Amino acid sequence: MKDTEGYVTADGRKIGGVVMEMKNITLRFGGVVAIKDISFDIREGEIRAIIGPNGAGKSSMLNVISGFYVPQEGEVWFRGAPRPPVKPYEVARQGIARTFQNIALFEGMTVLDNVMTGRLTQMNQNILTQAIWKGKAEAEEVANREIAEKIIDFLEIQSIRKTPVSRLPYGLKKRVELARALAAEPKLLLLDEPMAGMNVEEKEDMSRFILDVNDEFGTTIALIEHDMGVVMDLSDRVVVMDYGKKIGDGTPDEVRTNQDVIDAYLGVAHD
Amino acid sequence: MPEQLVFAMEVTLNGLMAGVLYALVALGFVLIFKASGIFNFAQGVMALFAAMTLVGIMDGQVPFSHLINATFGTDIHHFGWHVPALLAIILTTGVMVGLAWCVQQFVMRHLVNQAPIILFMATIGLAYFLEGLSDLMWGSEIKNLDVGLPQGINIWIDEATFNIFGYGFFIDNLDIVATVIAALLVVSLMAFSQYTKEGRAMRAVADDHQAALSVGISLNFIWVLVWSLAGFVALVAGIMWGTKSGVQFSLSLIALKALPVLMLGGFTSIPGAIVGGLIIGVGEQLFEFAIGAPYFGGATQNWFAYVLALVFLVFRPQGLFGERIIERV
Repeated sequence: MKDTEGYVTADGRKIGGVVMEMKNITLRFGGVVAIKDISFDIREGEIRAIIGPNGAGKSSMLNVISGFYVPQEGEVWFRGAPRPPVKPYEVARQGIARTFQNIALFEGMTVLDNVMTGRLTQMNQNILTQAIWKGKAEAEEVANREIAEKIIDFLEIQSIRKTPVSRLPYGLKKRVELARALAAEPKLLLLDEPMAGMNVEEKEDMSRFILDVNDEFGTTIALIEHDMGVVMDLSDRVVVMDYGKKIGDGTPDEVRTNQDVIDAYLGVAHD
Repeated sequence: MPEQLVFAMEVTLNGLMAGVLYALVALGFVLIFKASGIFNFAQGVMALFAAMTLVGIMDGQVPFSHLINATFGTDIHHFGWHVPALLAIILTTGVMVGLAWCVQQFVMRHLVNQAPIILFMATIGLAYFLEGLSDLMWGSEIKNLDVGLPQGINIWIDEATFNIFGYGFFIDNLDIVATVIAALLVVSLMAFSQYTKEGRAMRAVADDHQAALSVGISLNFIWVLVWSLAGFVALVAGIMWGTKSGVQFSLSLIALKALPVLMLGGFTSIPGAIVGGLIIGVGEQLFEFAIGAPYFGGATQNWFAYVLALVFLVFRPQGLFGERIIERV
């Protein structure tokens, strides 16, 4: 498959060209090799999962994509060009939004305020123009507010719009974090264990939202999860990692029957 | 109305006015502490530096003139012009923004993720550096600062109270102006943090660094911004104190008066800094009036604020408005 070519998924959705490509990424922390020579790509409009047992290096990989870690070797290609080492906030401004495994919300702010912070990358006014040209700043605020409200409606959190985040239960916090990431209208959405610590019902809700987001906005999504069942239902293509290495890459069906993957998950007897 | 009560009212009013000035200094601390967790010991010296720079610019003084003269054997002191107050204030604000950038670029940026005590030590170093720099740039003599603020007894209040109570209150015009300006400053700071993009980013950084990065906020920029704001607040405080008692090096000690204010109001609350300042201001004046002067021989203002802060530390360590400290077990 060439970079610019797409493919058609089993359920008939058209997937586009390569948005992001990891080329031979190696990441070390001192003597520990967290990621070892991994390459894979993420294509426009697809839901791409990175799975693997605990400590496989999944979160490290996501942190490389979002700029929190800088790999020692390898290149990150974004939208057809190699990306120089950048700060996390610059990555965000390039249109890559993310959520965190342990939820990083602004606890003291309301849900609406949190979602509005997601719009910061889309605001053009600066300190001076806001002070001098009040009307223009207000118009921008209103436009951004509309988008934020749309996303709040979409994720069905209207009833808690004005609630401070610190008062929300865990499952809703995860949803608010997704809303904030979506508010940036990202070209690539990174989800770090979106279903971790949720009960079955919450997991189903979250799966539905992820599919809906992809369907409605056409957002490209890369997600990390160690719950195999959820991932297989959700994603178009799956990268499997184990001990920092890539041991499988393909559609859920291909990955499911891959012997290395089965060994990694179920354990293998050593002679 | 009994005479004692009338006196008490006057003392209270004067206390409120003094409290506003304490609050102004405390405000600078809160801004930086909220956004970066740094307790900026240099806040008082920043007020001194700002006031010195303002006087220097207004008088057309040549910066580093002593150093230049000693090195090159020249004898220059003044440019020979006078800069209008408003323009000088704008220029000084520019200097404070430059200072904020330097502090972030050369000191704080290299200390990210260090323990609070290390950041605190860095600000102590900064305080001494700034004090030396002010001396070197503008000289160490006491200077008069006059940006055109009204001073002296407010005749209108004097007459009005005389007509009502038969005793005219002595309220300084400068204190009234200081109160109005401080109120304006607080309102505009609140509006800034609530309604502007940078204000929202500032609140975001104060809340969670990682999350702030993930929504595209540059921590560096926000820190320069809060140091600039703190620098501007220091300038306002420096103007008020400098006008009142001359620009001199003891100005940097007002930082110590801000400490009890912060313990009362909480280190993270802007309204807390205001209320804390007012309580300390009124408290120490009333205490002096009612108990200090008659029973202790006076001069209790020097220590009353600290004792009050100690009492608060025992019963409400997070201050009146500070975030509750909850330790999970």
